[in-house]
Amino acid sequence: MDFRVVADNFSFLILQGFIGFGSFAGGTLRLALPAIVLGFLLGTLVGLARLSRTPWVRLPSTIYVEFFRGVPLVMVIFWFWFIVPALLGRSLPEYAVALTAFVVFEAAYFAEIVRAGIQSVPRGQVEAATATGLARAPMMRHVILPQALRNMIPALVTQFIVLLKDTSLASIIGYVDLTKAAQIVNNREIRPFELYLFIAVIYWLCSYAMSRYVQKWERTTDPNAT
Amino acid sequence: MTYQFSWTVLWSGQTGAWLLQGILVTLQISVLGWLAAVALGIISGAFRTVPIAVLRWLAVCYVEFFRNVPLLVWMFFWYFGMPPLLPEAMREWLLDHGAEFWAAVCALGVYHGARFSEVIRAGILSIPKTQFEAAVSTGLTVLQAYRLIIVPIALRLIVPPATNETLNLLKNSSVALTIGVAELTFQTRQIETYTAKAFEALAAGTIIYLALCLAIATIMSRVERRVAIPGMIVRGQSSEF
Repeated sequence: MDFRVVADNFSFLILQGFIGFGSFAGGTLRLALPAIVLGFLLGTLVGLARLSRTPWVRLPSTIYVEFFRGVPLVMVIFWFWFIVPALLGRSLPEYAVALTAFVVFEAAYFAEIVRAGIQSVPRGQVEAATATGLARAPMMRHVILPQALRNMIPALVTQFIVLLKDTSLASIIGYVDLTKAAQIVNNREIRPFELYLFIAVIYWLCSYAMSRYVQKWERTTDPNAT
Repeated sequence: MTYQFSWTVLWSGQTGAWLLQGILVTLQISVLGWLAAVALGIISGAFRTVPIAVLRWLAVCYVEFFRNVPLLVWMFFWYFGMPPLLPEAMREWLLDHGAEFWAAVCALGVYHGARFSEVIRAGILSIPKTQFEAAVSTGLTVLQAYRLIIVPIALRLIVPPATNETLNLLKNSSVALTIGVAELTFQTRQIETYTAKAFEALAAGTIIYLALCLAIATIMSRVERRVAIPGMIVRGQSSEF
């Protein structure tokens, strides 16, 4: 065992692989952060649509969620990788393909969190808001969503952790994230144990920090108070 | 550009056999990985709730370390990272006996074992504490109380989140293609490579995954109805990650 290989390639692994500065269009964070924001926005829309009273809004969103929750992410990435060039007639960069695949896939999971969060708001809140004369849209924005968001935070952060770990799968289409960067270094240095252990520790630090945050949040907020 | 659909590529020539082979391998690594994951999950999940600090600490280390690292990294680690550390003879034997298959089973088992552990812990914690106290006061040791009373009850309570986790395991088995296991996703890619019919190949793979998930969900809901203890059920977030 010789961990000098990690020290020698530290800047490539961290700057290029993890953050995304460098000659390749890559980076775990550069993929994960926009995917979290966009996936959450799309997921909120889909989650709201699932609670709609209109069947032609509810049904497609239900199919969307059930479909993407029943298919492996690897499969979805390959769909975008092979189908987008066939549809557009030209290939897209890995970054665009990976980002689209993650946003579309993770939105299905975010949608379920948003739906559960909204349903966790007590019925009495809706009745009280209606009684004060609020229409459905302002009620959603000013009464339901702020409370729902509070209830959602642990599940949301947990999903962020899942998404961060999932971004390692972007390496299968050649996107240079932390995992791919370790593969590239390993092809040259043949030090798999040290390199994969090192990136495992990096992923671990990020995920563990976030999961500690969830635990703290759950401890400080009373689970019975809504 | 127009795309010519040709669904017959899915059953003409070898491709049908490839798909069947892929389903078989996916089921094999999933079933073996599931057995390992459930065993590890029960043991470490039970350890996290026992009144013995060393065992609790060991289980926390296992769960927190393994579930916070991507499955893909574990696949690489078990397949590329571990063999160089093994004795020569063992490495040779592994390479002759499908090292990638066993690396995939290991990775799935250990990673999902950590996730099952959380599900089982939640199940055990939802059992009233008096149940354990009553078991111990009748003269059972802690081990016997867990083996005969606590774990059997917990397993009956956690069927819904365990179903969720089982489906995750099945879907995650597709990650094994990265280390060259010829499972379903691998085979759909192979069909794509040979026939250049990406749409048909991916559609076939997707539908098979959906069908497998549906089948598992149906079986598990039967199991759930049969083993449910009236008035006690564990649902909730703990299964998601």
